[in-house]
Amino acid sequence: MSKPYTAQQFSEAVPVQASDAAIRFEAVSKTFPARGGGAAVPALADLDLAVPAGSILGVIGRSGAGKSTLIRLVNGLEKPTGGRVVVDGTEVSALDEAGLRDVRRRVGMIFQHFNLLSSRTAYDNVALPLEIGGVPQATIQSRVGPLLELVGLADKRNRYPAELSGGQKQRVGIARALATQPKVLLSDEATSALDPETTRSILDLLSSINKELGLTILLITHEMSVIRAVAKEVAVLDGGRVVEHGEVFDVFTRPRHPTTRSFLSSETGHALPPFLRERLRPDASPGSETAIRILFRGRHATDPVVSQLTRDFGLDVNILSGSVDEIAGRPFGTLVVGLKADAPTIERVLSFLTSRDLDAEVIGHVS
Amino acid sequence: MSPEIIRLIAEATLDTLWMVAVAASIATLLGLPLGVFLATSGKGELFAAPWVNKTVGFVVNAARSTPFIILVVAIIPFTRLLVGTSIGTKAAIVPLTIAAAPFIARLIEGAIREVDQGLVEAARAMGATPLQIVRKVLIPEALPAIVLSLTLAVVSLLGYSAMVGAVGGGGLGDLGIRYGYQRFMPDVMAVVVVVLIVLVQLVQSTGDWLSRRLNKRLRQA
Repeated sequence: MSKPYTAQQFSEAVPVQASDAAIRFEAVSKTFPARGGGAAVPALADLDLAVPAGSILGVIGRSGAGKSTLIRLVNGLEKPTGGRVVVDGTEVSALDEAGLRDVRRRVGMIFQHFNLLSSRTAYDNVALPLEIGGVPQATIQSRVGPLLELVGLADKRNRYPAELSGGQKQRVGIARALATQPKVLLSDEATSALDPETTRSILDLLSSINKELGLTILLITHEMSVIRAVAKEVAVLDGGRVVEHGEVFDVFTRPRHPTTRSFLSSETGHALPPFLRERLRPDASPGSETAIRILFRGRHATDPVVSQLTRDFGLDVNILSGSVDEIAGRPFGTLVVGLKADAPTIERVLSFLTSRDLDAEVIGHVS
Repeated sequence: MSPEIIRLIAEATLDTLWMVAVAASIATLLGLPLGVFLATSGKGELFAAPWVNKTVGFVVNAARSTPFIILVVAIIPFTRLLVGTSIGTKAAIVPLTIAAAPFIARLIEGAIREVDQGLVEAARAMGATPLQIVRKVLIPEALPAIVLSLTLAVVSLLGYSAMVGAVGGGGLGDLGIRYGYQRFMPDVMAVVVVVLIVLVQLVQSTGDWLSRRLNKRLRQA
């Protein structure tokens, strides 16, 4: 497992060794032709992104950010207008239809609305890609059973999709996507139509598939919680460009781009409790406290800074809100404190905190 | 009603059934591929051929806008060429088939177009060829609707078949006109109508039942 990026390098084209990346987008652009007299629509512009082999990369963006186009470039359902898309060493963007069919049989895909054939049972749905690939019946039989077992639906093999719940349908979709033993799995908003609990179980399944089968997963979503639950890396897509890319922990704890911040605004550690938000004023008033948000990342997450502030600065530290959480397996804490101090003292406090490798910022004043 | 008349009615019923069955079968063989083509050859579709699509669509529309009775007489030379005669039950099958095929094609086009495009995308993502998509996705998924379409076509054919008496086609319609109307035998007319009603009911309920059975989107009881 390589770590080609750090959060600091976001939005820059970083070259990755070919052997490291299962999927690579190189200066990819995609413009949809004008429809009905309108202007041509650019969906992706000069986009560079690499998905390391065996990793889970989550792409997040609002509707219209170009996520769907991005994921469809990987299996050639869309063709780029410019640049190259390389999947598992094959330049997909240069292939004709016959060549694409070959690649598609090596790339699994799951969908928001599952896209199962209503006329086929769970078993026959999983068998479909194998039938399409011309796999002999005996092989199909030996492969479909274990797959249904893997996704926990061994007892539902003869059920039709109409008889299955949303989560079960997506499990069939996952088994189907794995039938051809692909190295790459594409997940197109696979949990967006599911309730939170089912989402969780589907994401757990994807996680374990990634670990057990060494599958590279590229998933697109509009929910940060999905990224947080499964992804190792995250790329934020806005206006057809990757505006931020890095390890999930780094991006979650140090978001740089406004789009990333807005996606994170409802996530733990970034959201302020309503009572505090209401009392927060942009300007200081007589007797007000300066509210400072301190982010504790990784190894500093448990530092006793509050007592240090009290001792070294002689300040009364009023704790306004706080939480300690875990992101990508690492602790991440947020503390909002109120300090009654003049501006120079606040400056000194901030530089003290920064010197302790903590992220601190003044978010307002509380009267 | 004399045994003679009853025998005539039985014969006419068999004639009608035979004409409709043969015409419906051949029209389905022609209409199914035609309908699939119409549904998949538009701009940006599986077998994109927009101009051929438009041309075929125009021919289909032209055939469908010709009144059946005019079609029957207009294609008499063609009928003679094909089956060697222009009168009789065998000859009647030709215009019935030609009228039904474009009708079936349009119905099947509609049924295929109802299939969720997401399924086509999923099949493409699996590396399916366009022909595999038709065989393994479009037709199986549209089958319940196709069955209902064919049911509708057969019912329409039962109605059309009454008109082929004009070229000596035989069958129930012909019997009704010649005996019931021209020979003032209202009881024969009544029986003919009742037999037709029963036939239509049977065809429709069989079609409904089969379609329901094939439709796996409904939970089976």
